[in-house]
Amino acid sequence: MLIAEENQGTREKIKMGTRTLAGGVLVDREDVTLNPVKIFSQELDMFYGSVQALHGITMEIKERAVTALIGPSGCGKSTFLRTLNRMNDTIPGARIKGSVKIDGIDIYEPGVNVAVLRRMVGMVFQKQNPFPKSIFDNVAYGPRLHGITDKAVLENIVEESLKKSAIWEEVKDRLDTSAMQLSGGQQQRLCIARVLAVDPEIILMDEPASALDPLSTAKIEELIRQLRKNYTIVIVTHNMQQAARVSDYTAYFYMGSMVEFGETRKIFTNPVKKETEDYITGRFG
Amino acid sequence: MDQALSLNLPKLTSRRILWNEIVSDVLVRFFALIPLSALAFIMYMIVRKGAGTITWHFLTQMPLNGMTEGGIFPCIFGTLAITLMMILMALPLGVAAAIYLTEFSGHGMFFRVIRAAVNNLAGVPSIVFGLFGVGFFILFVGRNLDHVLKTGMLFGQPCMLWAAATLAVLVLPVIIVSTEEALNAVPQSQRSASLALGATKWQTIWNVVLPQARGGILTGAILSISRGAGETAPILFTGCAYFLPRLPVVHLFGVIPIVNPFDQFMELSYHIFIMATQSLDAVKTLPIQYGTTLVLISLTFLLNLTAIVFRIHFRKKMGTVSI
Repeated sequence: MLIAEENQGTREKIKMGTRTLAGGVLVDREDVTLNPVKIFSQELDMFYGSVQALHGITMEIKERAVTALIGPSGCGKSTFLRTLNRMNDTIPGARIKGSVKIDGIDIYEPGVNVAVLRRMVGMVFQKQNPFPKSIFDNVAYGPRLHGITDKAVLENIVEESLKKSAIWEEVKDRLDTSAMQLSGGQQQRLCIARVLAVDPEIILMDEPASALDPLSTAKIEELIRQLRKNYTIVIVTHNMQQAARVSDYTAYFYMGSMVEFGETRKIFTNPVKKETEDYITGRFG
Repeated sequence: MDQALSLNLPKLTSRRILWNEIVSDVLVRFFALIPLSALAFIMYMIVRKGAGTITWHFLTQMPLNGMTEGGIFPCIFGTLAITLMMILMALPLGVAAAIYLTEFSGHGMFFRVIRAAVNNLAGVPSIVFGLFGVGFFILFVGRNLDHVLKTGMLFGQPCMLWAAATLAVLVLPVIIVSTEEALNAVPQSQRSASLALGATKWQTIWNVVLPQARGGILTGAILSISRGAGETAPILFTGCAYFLPRLPVVHLFGVIPIVNPFDQFMELSYHIFIMATQSLDAVKTLPIQYGTTLVLISLTFLLNLTAIVFRIHFRKKMGTVSI
């Protein structure tokens, strides 16, 4: 709430079409500042064994908005992302202090079912990782896990998911061919479809376009803008202009701490901290 | 600066370097040729002396006249039966152990102890396995089973069951190591993808990891069969027989013939061993020895070939998994 109020004042001054510090111009988009908070991390510390990877991250992530995490390599942004669906659990020696609440429920409470959590909080990885199965089986993998066996229902889910991830037209005639035959960009959109098929509310994206060519990247970005209407998206990116293009909020991480967090248009035109400005303008990292 | 650098560089036409190159090339080729020629020689001898013996009659008949004539059908039958039984015991156990080692154990003390045990097991001489089979399976497990179940001398004697179990222990390391390799070759990103979709660890192993490791596991299984099929020492005391006038077959409900795991059996490698050392007339039976050897070698060769075909097939089917 604090952030929203603070940004109220600056919104008037920053016009659409203003050049951002990272280059490119701000694009017009729907106002999301009044959306409710979906994810709330409070004083979150994260350790790998004795190494502290995150220092007291407190952050409110809005529903149906795109929040970008930026910062130099090793700054903790991916680590933070992976605390949101507890993917860090799989790393031996990883533990956290503080809390992460989704819809008010602490996801690190002992009673939380991690499998159910990960259905609600989907994840798209840096390197596209389709299963070496058919396109259909890739998308149907999640629903099948969760007990859907009816062919007609599965077909429906697969079609819907592929449509939502803007790849249906390209693959509708060859659903039974191997996903490995798709191009990198298509594979990544298939992975997004695979996530959508389990009907998540939040989608985490870990540099989803960093391994793709510019055209595929543009398609992914367009897709993110589409998905934002129905999903809460948190995206880690190394590409400043991408963050400026797709996100509503931006958080700048450095050395495991969150340096600055606010509306993207503010961060990219008029950041409060000097470190943030240095990073965005490319004088650092 | 340039001059200083060029002083350290050898001349392009240095005779010494050229000479070293030629010598090492010839040496390496020569050493590589030694095992190749040894294999070629062995194969040549066996085929030349054994091929004449191989007839339909030889492959399908019982031995006759104190095993100086006739066929080797019971040996072929015994070898196939025992290796099948062996793999049925060893494969589930080995795969389960490998899954534990790669997916669950982490890399703590317990993991290292088990790993060391597996490696050491692979280095144990096969005759030790044979003695272990007698001591553990027949005298300890078998006799105690008989005692508890009141089955007289059903379990506590050498038979196909214990011979297969002994062979299974022998090939366990082969299966564990090859399965581990196959599981480790499945990229971590595949597991992450599955877990992130809300799959449990076991669902991930069952639906994603094992299907992708299938080719490697099968290859390991077939290689272990070909290893087990050729072993003599482990079955020496645990179940194989010098000569049996009948096949180790029992009729279920009096009609359906099945392999009797409580019977003794004849086996190819053991047959070669006794024909060469304890036959009534070792010279007269030379053709039978060569013929049996050829059959055994062909069988293992066929199994290895199957392993290769499987590997290629699965590699093609899975497509290339990006790592």
